[in-house]
Amino acid sequence: MSERVLFRGARVYDPGDGLSERALDVLVADGVVAAVGLDVQADDVRVIGATGCIVAPGFIDLHAHLREPGFEQKGTIATETLAALEGGFTTICAMPNTEPAPDSGPVVEALLKRIARDAHVRVLPIGCVTRGRAGKSLAELSELAAAGCVAFSDDGNAVADGRLMRHALELAGALGLPISEHSDDPVLDANGSMNEGRVSERLGLPGQPAAAEVAAIARDIALCETTGGRLHVAHISTARGVELVAEAKARGLAVTCEVTPSHLYLTEDAVAGPGGVPVYDTNARVNPPLRTETDRRALLAGLEAGVIDAIATDHAPHAVEDKLCEFDDAAPGISVLDTALGTLGLLIERGELRMETAFRALTAGPARAFGLEKRLPGIGTLDRGVAGDLVLLDPSARWVVDATRMKSKGKNTPLAGQELVGEVRAVMIGGSLVFERGQVHA
Amino acid sequence: MLDSVEMSSADLSLQGWQKKDLLDTDVLTRDEIMLIMQNADVMAGVRSRRERKVATLRGRTIVTLFYEQSTRTRASFEVAGKALGADVVNITASGSSVGKGESLVDTVRTLEAIGADALVLRHHRSGAACLAARHTAAGVINGGDGTHAHPTQALLDLFTMRRRFGDIAGRKIVIVGDVLHSRVARSNLWSLVALGAQVVLCGPATLLPRTIGGGDFEEGRCEVTTDFDAAIQGADVVMALRMQKERQERGLIPSLREYINGYQVTTRRLERAAPDALVMHPGPMNEGVEIAPDVAHGLRSVIEEQVANGVAVRMAILYLLVAGRYS
Repeated sequence: MSERVLFRGARVYDPGDGLSERALDVLVADGVVAAVGLDVQADDVRVIGATGCIVAPGFIDLHAHLREPGFEQKGTIATETLAALEGGFTTICAMPNTEPAPDSGPVVEALLKRIARDAHVRVLPIGCVTRGRAGKSLAELSELAAAGCVAFSDDGNAVADGRLMRHALELAGALGLPISEHSDDPVLDANGSMNEGRVSERLGLPGQPAAAEVAAIARDIALCETTGGRLHVAHISTARGVELVAEAKARGLAVTCEVTPSHLYLTEDAVAGPGGVPVYDTNARVNPPLRTETDRRALLAGLEAGVIDAIATDHAPHAVEDKLCEFDDAAPGISVLDTALGTLGLLIERGELRMETAFRALTAGPARAFGLEKRLPGIGTLDRGVAGDLVLLDPSARWVVDATRMKSKGKNTPLAGQELVGEVRAVMIGGSLVFERGQVHA
Repeated sequence: MLDSVEMSSADLSLQGWQKKDLLDTDVLTRDEIMLIMQNADVMAGVRSRRERKVATLRGRTIVTLFYEQSTRTRASFEVAGKALGADVVNITASGSSVGKGESLVDTVRTLEAIGADALVLRHHRSGAACLAARHTAAGVINGGDGTHAHPTQALLDLFTMRRRFGDIAGRKIVIVGDVLHSRVARSNLWSLVALGAQVVLCGPATLLPRTIGGGDFEEGRCEVTTDFDAAIQGADVVMALRMQKERQERGLIPSLREYINGYQVTTRRLERAAPDALVMHPGPMNEGVEIAPDVAHGLRSVIEEQVANGVAVRMAILYLLVAGRYS
């Protein structure tokens, strides 16, 4: 069943202890991490030389769009979870903007059957907040919870109606589950296709003001306080938004938030391109939009300070025709799972992000934000005798993004041609070695 | 027949022109702008002759591809292409496969395969011309894209100013109206400041840019203000922009009445401008809204001259892009 594997000579990231200074051995046996230490000896094991590499808990993505059912031309459970696996993610939470949307128990049950059949990693469904994600009436949240949903969201849309959002927080709070909210004021953002500011004015594109996110986060925090519910702010993108979350946390509210690698690395300038004739890069169109350098710096600082709990991909694969068009007509979203680790590695190499901060936000941070350890003991940790999901990665491997070689069906990346740093070498799920890349040094 | 009235080739110049496309004025160097002006002077000469046509682009094909309605830009390009002896094919979105859902990229590739040397594209989406240019070897001329750019309008405006003033360095040019949503204002700003003009962008606060325009440029300068009565003081050019009624519906201005009170170009307001000030408008005009009818058709108005100059400037641009491909 599950193998006995010994990773020999890797630095080890364990959320409890941080990143080890010394190279250690990690023994996985009987489906769990059995031992971590110097010169671990074991019989009947497959030894994987891991010099120069790092062993960490498998990454957890709180925010991915798998597109199935309904949009299989963009991505499927099979293709997108393969991209997740090779990107080091062993658990991903699937956003509910599918067709049909998981707004009732039977839809979730059907989805879980497909997941059991096709998925390469653990997939945890997120249920809708409102029926059909239409923002008009609440979905049956307790039925969704019973079916296995780990959170609720209408992602792609905000729950614009404040009264509905209030009741959703109350009902979800009673179930112990968070609302992962796409905090946005859709009226302020109407028709916008990129961050409102210097670049949008230069390119003549309709802007999405930072105020649309900031005002919505302020509302959502106020409703969280009123209801005692659990608010998770999805893909936070503004400096002021981070300040609001920091303040809410300081006051003891059950507020968490996530940031995407795209918003940590790119700014609104990616839409225009490097200079000269503007590119209007539809692959840099994403919602919330890429913001300013000031916002990007604040997101990195918020992550470092622990205000931001998780790095989530907001992986959003699209078909070629969704992006090969005029900017305002392009579907928003970036295909991220293949490039997430390499993007973070680049930030680490530049000194903009600490490696331990990145690992925390990919493991223990997201596990706690959604309370996943209650359903999957040991998730996001290397707890001996419990944890069985882990990733072996080479933090200094350099590779160039070739969109055509990405595992995701969505080739929509603004990073094509970019050199990234850091690559996954092997992945174990439930103590089984499910992925190995290339030659691992013995 | 046409050859007998061929212009002297010494007058026209391709010297220094490298560009495949004309997408906006902000990617033109000062020298490139002056080359367009110089060639447009020659073309204006052609247009003033009895035989107003030459054969410079005979055998070349120019396609106008219009996704938005247009009178002057489309007709101006068609006349310009024909005056150079080219074959001109006009395509509008409503009467083409665009209506069947064909994408812009596929449409552009199809037209290239048919043999288009140059495409003139008018589109309601910002960036459409940049997208088209990346997907075809044909020269792409931006005939106006969304709220981004309208470089040929800016260049004909510049040509019109230079015909009256010569060098425009130091001249005060007030652009008034819905600057934020105006591709004409943007493209004019870049070419005017490149030639050293003092540009004032003026309009209600909701219709002004907040991050572009203000401050010093390499040559010229730009100021942004909501006070039209102060801005017009001593102006050499007053350029009114079309005020779309939709702006009122979207709540950007309280009413057209309030806009008119603050920003209409009137005879009384023009008294504060320079004695030889020009009144310009890119058209189409809403007479009685952004411009008073007596001003639009008055002595200082060069609005019809702009239209006439448009043909010469577009001839110059077609010449550079199309003749350049075969030189």
